[in-house]
Amino acid sequence: MAMAGSGLKTVHLNLPASTADLRKLEIGSVAYLTGRVFTAREGVYKHAIEDGAGMPASRETLGLANFHCSPAASINADGSHTVGAVTATASFRFARWLDGWLKLSGCNIIIGKGGMTSDIYRNAFVPNNAVYLTTVGYGTGALLGRGIKRVSGVYWAKELGLAQAAWVLEVENFGPFLVESDLDGKSLFERENEKIAPGLAKLYEGTRPATLRRYGETDNKTDEVI
Amino acid sequence: MIANSALERTAFELMTKAAIEIPDDYLAGLRRCADTEKGDLSSFVIQAMLENYEAAKEDRRAMCGDTGLPRWYVKIGNEARIEGGPVALETALRRATATATHEVPLRPNRVHPLWRTDHNNNVGINAPEIEYAFHPDADWIDLTTVHKGGLFGSDYRMLFPGDGIEGIRRFYLDTLIGFGKRGLACQPAIVGVGLGGSKDTSVVLGKQASCLRVVGSRNPDPKIAALEDELKEIGNSIGMGAMGFMGSSMVVDCHIEVGYCHTGGMPMSVHMFCLSSRRSTARLYPDGRVEFRTDPEWFTDYSRRSTVEWAQPMAEAAE
Repeated sequence: MAMAGSGLKTVHLNLPASTADLRKLEIGSVAYLTGRVFTAREGVYKHAIEDGAGMPASRETLGLANFHCSPAASINADGSHTVGAVTATASFRFARWLDGWLKLSGCNIIIGKGGMTSDIYRNAFVPNNAVYLTTVGYGTGALLGRGIKRVSGVYWAKELGLAQAAWVLEVENFGPFLVESDLDGKSLFERENEKIAPGLAKLYEGTRPATLRRYGETDNKTDEVI
Repeated sequence: MIANSALERTAFELMTKAAIEIPDDYLAGLRRCADTEKGDLSSFVIQAMLENYEAAKEDRRAMCGDTGLPRWYVKIGNEARIEGGPVALETALRRATATATHEVPLRPNRVHPLWRTDHNNNVGINAPEIEYAFHPDADWIDLTTVHKGGLFGSDYRMLFPGDGIEGIRRFYLDTLIGFGKRGLACQPAIVGVGLGGSKDTSVVLGKQASCLRVVGSRNPDPKIAALEDELKEIGNSIGMGAMGFMGSSMVVDCHIEVGYCHTGGMPMSVHMFCLSSRRSTARLYPDGRVEFRTDPEWFTDYSRRSTVEWAQPMAEAAE
């Protein structure tokens, strides 16, 4: 299901993806996924890595594609699941766990919002042959919700609550996503920031720095807040 | 008398509509962005969002997986009477929030700030927020729910009179660029600016300006309206579009609300209401009629206190 007239390269991947599959992804490509994806964010990372709990289930059970997401979903009285919309949460907050996480989980696809810095890609993703896909919008939650065919398990719901639990999702043509970082660790967002940077000085003409400064403040507009 | 059962039923319906249906004014504004957007990635993003709104409506599922922090704005007509009084009204709003979280479903986002306790229903200590306003010569109640994301795209700063318009522009651009990179603010957004008041008032006004005024509305003070136009234009001149990709789609509209402040200061807040600008309003009458709409009609001459026990009309007060 490619967006009409976008002109962007589109790649469909079956999961789990091999390193050879991931080589087809270039930054700025559109990707759709079919197979198994699981949600995990700070709650799972902290419990798995810092509390030493290990993974909530086997690699076969969880798959190798980790989605930084809490679904808008509920567990019904009969134990079945209702999944509405799903959207990623901002990934930069999880960067400090990533190296340990990729090794522990074996994941080679991280799906999230907004990406991380290219430092993290080079130091944690590239050595583990992992790529980063970003959700689009943000907030194509309904389109992504359509791509979920079934919930095959929910882990650590009791320990972490529904929002932080690990939801295992069977997906089909799940997307769209944009490739933010490829196997070389390049970053689409950083490329775009560089394109925008040259115009900023002119934009700031006719403005004045605040009289009252803040500790730790930068006035370098090429810096990022992450 | 406005029946409690009608309040709870309507509040549930509002929670559902807000989560699923993008308001027409925002949609029209986003389509205008799409028409002029030249960046291929930014265009792709907006196109995907337009398809997403359709999918949400068709499937009756939330448009975004992060269903934000549901909250309530209640405007009570001076002559309105509520069955069970305001306490019963608050109970109805809390119940509707919890029920809708499970039924729609919404993401149970609300947790304790320290213990991260989640009751899976978006209800907790001081949550959902309920803000009140009143209206003269009316016997109805307006209920508005807003589901705004809670993490990025808002900032506050104490500026001073000497910072002037140049300082306002600077802080506005800093906020848009800082949170616009990587699309953390989920732009194109309705940007609300709160100017004046005390620190908390400035933040409340800015948030209400972004969430409770419709695209295309203008502040009644013509000079502030002109500043709204200017800030909208410079926001779209950054060179940044959706997700922080090269483009021009940053600001769907800019709204400014002001309040009188300390003579030495000029507090300012900036808020960005995102690609899922979720708001829904209903008016309940004592005869049982309920009318749904997407314009909260929150700001009025009365709500701005521009005419209460004060002989000076708005224009003079602005001088």
